[in-house]
Amino acid sequence: MARAPNGEVFPLSATETDTPVVVDEVRNAVVTRFSSALGDAVVDSFVKPGDDVWIRVRTDSWRRAGEAARELGFAYFDFLSAIDWMPSPFGRGEDDPTEPAPERDTTIRQGYAGGDTRMQVLARVVDLTTSLGVNLKVDVADDAPVIDSWVSVYAGANWHEREAWEMFGIRFAGHPDPRNMYLPTDFEGHPLRKDFPLLARIVKPWPGIVDVEPMPGGGSDDEAGE
Amino acid sequence: MTMLTDRQQLSYIAAQAADARVNLELETEGMTLNIGPQHPATHGTLRIIARLDGEQVVWAEPSCGYMHRGYEKLTEVRTFPQVTALVNRIDWLGSFANEVPFILAAEKLMGIEAPARAQHIRTILFELSRIANVSLFLGDLGVQLGAITPVFMAFRDREYVLNLIEGATGGRFHPNFDRIGGLKDDLPAGWIDETRNVMKKLRRFCDEIEDLLFGNEIFQSRTRGIGVIPRDVAMQYGLSGANLRASGVDWDLRRDQSLPMAWNKADWKVWTHNDGDSFARCWVRLQEVRESTKIVDQLIETIPAGPVMTKVPRIIKVPEGEAWVATENPLGEMGYYVVSKGDLGPFRVKIRSASFNNMSITPWLLKGVYVPDIITILASLYFILGDIDR
Repeated sequence: MARAPNGEVFPLSATETDTPVVVDEVRNAVVTRFSSALGDAVVDSFVKPGDDVWIRVRTDSWRRAGEAARELGFAYFDFLSAIDWMPSPFGRGEDDPTEPAPERDTTIRQGYAGGDTRMQVLARVVDLTTSLGVNLKVDVADDAPVIDSWVSVYAGANWHEREAWEMFGIRFAGHPDPRNMYLPTDFEGHPLRKDFPLLARIVKPWPGIVDVEPMPGGGSDDEAGE
Repeated sequence: MTMLTDRQQLSYIAAQAADARVNLELETEGMTLNIGPQHPATHGTLRIIARLDGEQVVWAEPSCGYMHRGYEKLTEVRTFPQVTALVNRIDWLGSFANEVPFILAAEKLMGIEAPARAQHIRTILFELSRIANVSLFLGDLGVQLGAITPVFMAFRDREYVLNLIEGATGGRFHPNFDRIGGLKDDLPAGWIDETRNVMKKLRRFCDEIEDLLFGNEIFQSRTRGIGVIPRDVAMQYGLSGANLRASGVDWDLRRDQSLPMAWNKADWKVWTHNDGDSFARCWVRLQEVRESTKIVDQLIETIPAGPVMTKVPRIIKVPEGEAWVATENPLGEMGYYVVSKGDLGPFRVKIRSASFNNMSITPWLLKGVYVPDIITILASLYFILGDIDR
């Protein structure tokens, strides 16, 4: 149990209870509050009892979702980033570079709270009085990855959106300063997209990839440790 | 989306200058001052571009990326146990603390928990990382404001803590000691007595620094009222750690969330300060080192018996799912958003590092300050470059 500064006690994690939490009323209430504030803009939601909340909102309601989160008391901006759900066509760099590359399954499968697009923007905001956080997700169209900026809602989103722009190529409409954060101005491509190859790995497979084999004299093949 | 040309960037800078919160009535010719990439105040290769009007900053922004190592991309081609070797190097002064939230996220996805003894030792090493990290900050703070002595004291006393970390883990800076399901090894014999002595030395170091630095009139006049961050601004920018607590927000992830760690088994206090200025941030950190020594002192007396490693398969596959785990690291909130697809390695890891958020406030904070105060503010915000660039 964790204490809020006002002395209230919240069940935060299943680790402290003996029986697994099946229904998490505190976190379900968070989803209800967002649903009543945003109406049908909440597309999907997912609550992992005793752990966390995921809420996916409609693309055109992204800024409104941020404003609603602030009004609901989630005043602490934690981070904003993106996820590219397409599995990498290059695998994990374990291929022999002299052989032709194998065919890989690049079927897109989104995570918690679902999704319809390859790219999703993910942000986390926290209510510091109750210690509850919310992961907000939003789909970003594949052909024109544009989404409203959160800078006018949470000033701290500025750098995070610049990073998401250069790493994933997602444009944030209304961002006051859409320059690259880390990369040189003339850098081509968006490195954290899954179809951006990690060239060092493609030229020469990393030897550490075989490190997961058992050590000599290390007991049976699939069990270890005391 | 087209990239901005240099001319566009310049006109943008000029537009920023026009609405900066400085008095432009007495117009002087502006100048651009580059601090860094190599400068003692930047702890690495951070470049600060400041446009000045006389002695006042009109516009300033850190230029990041000189040390970007692409860890988020690299984690996608590593297996889960291999990731700790990478994330060790994010905040290199408190390395062990970087490993813990990632390992906890992996354990959460796998639905396992380290044995009580491992949780306990993890917490002790975590706090030792904080002491090593923040004690160096306290010394470095002096050197950036023109006092040479504190940094020697800090390096002297930090060495004791590094020896402890080396004694337990084998590595002074990059322990790589945390494992999914527990720890690599148990504590060596005699380590606990040694730790008890070192904690006494570190408390004496805190007293010395408080006398020497915090009671110093020059130090006070250089830091009091400089770089004030109001409470709501701090929350909007996602500041964390001492920077947030110095703005009067009572928030510490060690106390306010429940993780399979041992912080709740010790009696300690979260310090806050209402001023929000550079002095408050430094003062809160000083108190934090003291509290950390108290936590370590209490925890080394109550380490439970038992194994330090739970049963995990040799080849670790993490079930499909998403997990977010953040801990209160020396620099502030350090979190990992881990997406697994049931594979040997993570599908995506978002590294939320404390310094990135803490530094993102600087363009706002540096507007209108005087040049020497840039150094004070950067020193008091306390960043590690590897923690910004990742």
